[in-house]
Amino acid sequence: MEEIKLMKGNEAIAHAAIRYGADGYFGYPITPQSEIMETLMAEMPWETTGMVVLQAESEVAAINMVYGGAASGKRAMTSSSSPGISLKLEGISYIAGAELPCLIVNVMRGGPGLGTIQPSQADYFQTVKGGGHGDYRLITLAPYSVQEMADFVALGFDLAFKYSNPSMILADGIIGQMMEKVVLPPYRPRKTEAEIRLESPWATQGRLKGNKVNVVTSLELDPALMEENNNRFQAKYRRIEETEVLYEEFCCEDAQYLLIAFGSSARICQKTVELARSEGLRVGLLRPITLWPFPKKAIESYASCVKGMLSVELNAGQMVEDVRLAVNGKVKVEHFGRLGGIVFTPDEILIALKEKIL
Amino acid sequence: MELSEIIRPENLVYDKPGLMNDTPMHYCPGCSHGVIHKLIAEVIEEMGMEEQTIGVSPVGCAVFAYNYIDIDWVEAAHGRAPAVATALKRLNREKMVFTYQGDGDLAAIGTAETIHAVNRGENIVIVFVNNAIYGMTGGQMAPTTLEGMSTATCPYGRQTDLNGYPLKIADLLAQLEGACMVTRQSVQTAAAVKKAKKTLRKAFENSMEGKGTSVVEFVSTCSSGWKMTPVQSNQWMESNMFPFYTLGDLKNR
Repeated sequence: MEEIKLMKGNEAIAHAAIRYGADGYFGYPITPQSEIMETLMAEMPWETTGMVVLQAESEVAAINMVYGGAASGKRAMTSSSSPGISLKLEGISYIAGAELPCLIVNVMRGGPGLGTIQPSQADYFQTVKGGGHGDYRLITLAPYSVQEMADFVALGFDLAFKYSNPSMILADGIIGQMMEKVVLPPYRPRKTEAEIRLESPWATQGRLKGNKVNVVTSLELDPALMEENNNRFQAKYRRIEETEVLYEEFCCEDAQYLLIAFGSSARICQKTVELARSEGLRVGLLRPITLWPFPKKAIESYASCVKGMLSVELNAGQMVEDVRLAVNGKVKVEHFGRLGGIVFTPDEILIALKEKIL
Repeated sequence: MELSEIIRPENLVYDKPGLMNDTPMHYCPGCSHGVIHKLIAEVIEEMGMEEQTIGVSPVGCAVFAYNYIDIDWVEAAHGRAPAVATALKRLNREKMVFTYQGDGDLAAIGTAETIHAVNRGENIVIVFVNNAIYGMTGGQMAPTTLEGMSTATCPYGRQTDLNGYPLKIADLLAQLEGACMVTRQSVQTAAAVKKAKKTLRKAFENSMEGKGTSVVEFVSTCSSGWKMTPVQSNQWMESNMFPFYTLGDLKNR
């Protein structure tokens, strides 16, 4: 029977992680995502599923704990909010460079610097363009409901293990804090050592006699071999771009104008679409669910049939650059955003659409 | 006399541990790392833990420790080895986990990770090689560089008004409740090696008995960084390092 609960997005992440069979969570408190670790600590999963939950001394330590756990083939995760994610980027680059699977949650708040604790989407560039050093990519999932906060834990881990690559759930303060009904996933058992050795033969589980040594590292001083490693990463990234793109269309069939928005902005844009249509304006919404890989083909396919696109984001214009790259000048693309923790209303977006596109 | 007659088990006084492979070491002549690597390999073997041990190598001269000892390894970011080891051990309780760190890694950039891993009493061994200098990057000042000692970044000698004081991090760690053992050893003589090995074995046993964190500091030489011959380095270490970094157990329970 389905278990329907009412809870915050942050709490949904915690419950979903326990049910997914995650092995370890390592975190450091920061608003607006502290409920993730608080919920995990209150649930005490170490007594039920055996999941380890540890409050680290810093975000830096937490991501390096994830690195250690992931190196041994375990399902390890962390969560934070924007300033904390900045601290984790060193570790994220190492995890990507060592090709380890793990799950990172960023419940974004307004920046730069210490900024504000109110919601924002200003970490788009940081997440999908790198952030840390080197040519790497994060599989990035953008939930727009509490249900998706729960569902993307499994999706994020599964993609991470499929490609040996870190995944990120890029949410924001609205999705983390708002309460909605959610259907929690069923419990799955944690992997045994034998299953881990089979699933991840590279994992540092101790070298059995006759086996080769497993070394998890991102270091390779020979530039020829380091280029080979990078070429392997890039080939993997191309495969992900070809196969893992997720997006959702809302009233797009007859649309003359297209809103493009992710996460909580997409939620607000749904209302804008309704408002516009009540005025006779044929507006649709395309919601990227994976921000990397970005749904560029889907967006490009609308370039020839709509009169304009508005990228609606809680930032100064970040995803809009990817939208423009996708349509490559074939159609007008503008950006509308609010900054610093201010959230736009559906009306504001409709006004912006009329001013900038119509 | 034939070689086979000489090398009989009862005549054997030195042997390479099975876990040490034949990869030529990148360490300089006279460097302490080689001996310490060998001790770790011997202890793991003698404990029969070859299949259960996971090492965490640092950034610094020992970054390539994983090339020489045939166990599973994780190469950590600079200073982060204790955090990496924390999760390795907590998620794999039946495994034996240790970090291998230099003075810059453990006592400068990784101070927070070191102190908090020890304070939590993580059931790991921290092997700390203190040669008072950054070897890998070309001999710069370390947190443990002695007062007046010259390095590439304090070419006229460490001045306390500019650089602060040499950090006795082991003394600090010994204050923490989570540490069950904090000790300073050295490997410049056969007697010292023998004693160090016994201590190291105890440290690894502690980690499997769940007694908390064991920190084994090796006061070491860096002939290249110190710009001395191996023999001079040992002498310099004995007359300059040992009076400040006193050998022996700071804590052992």
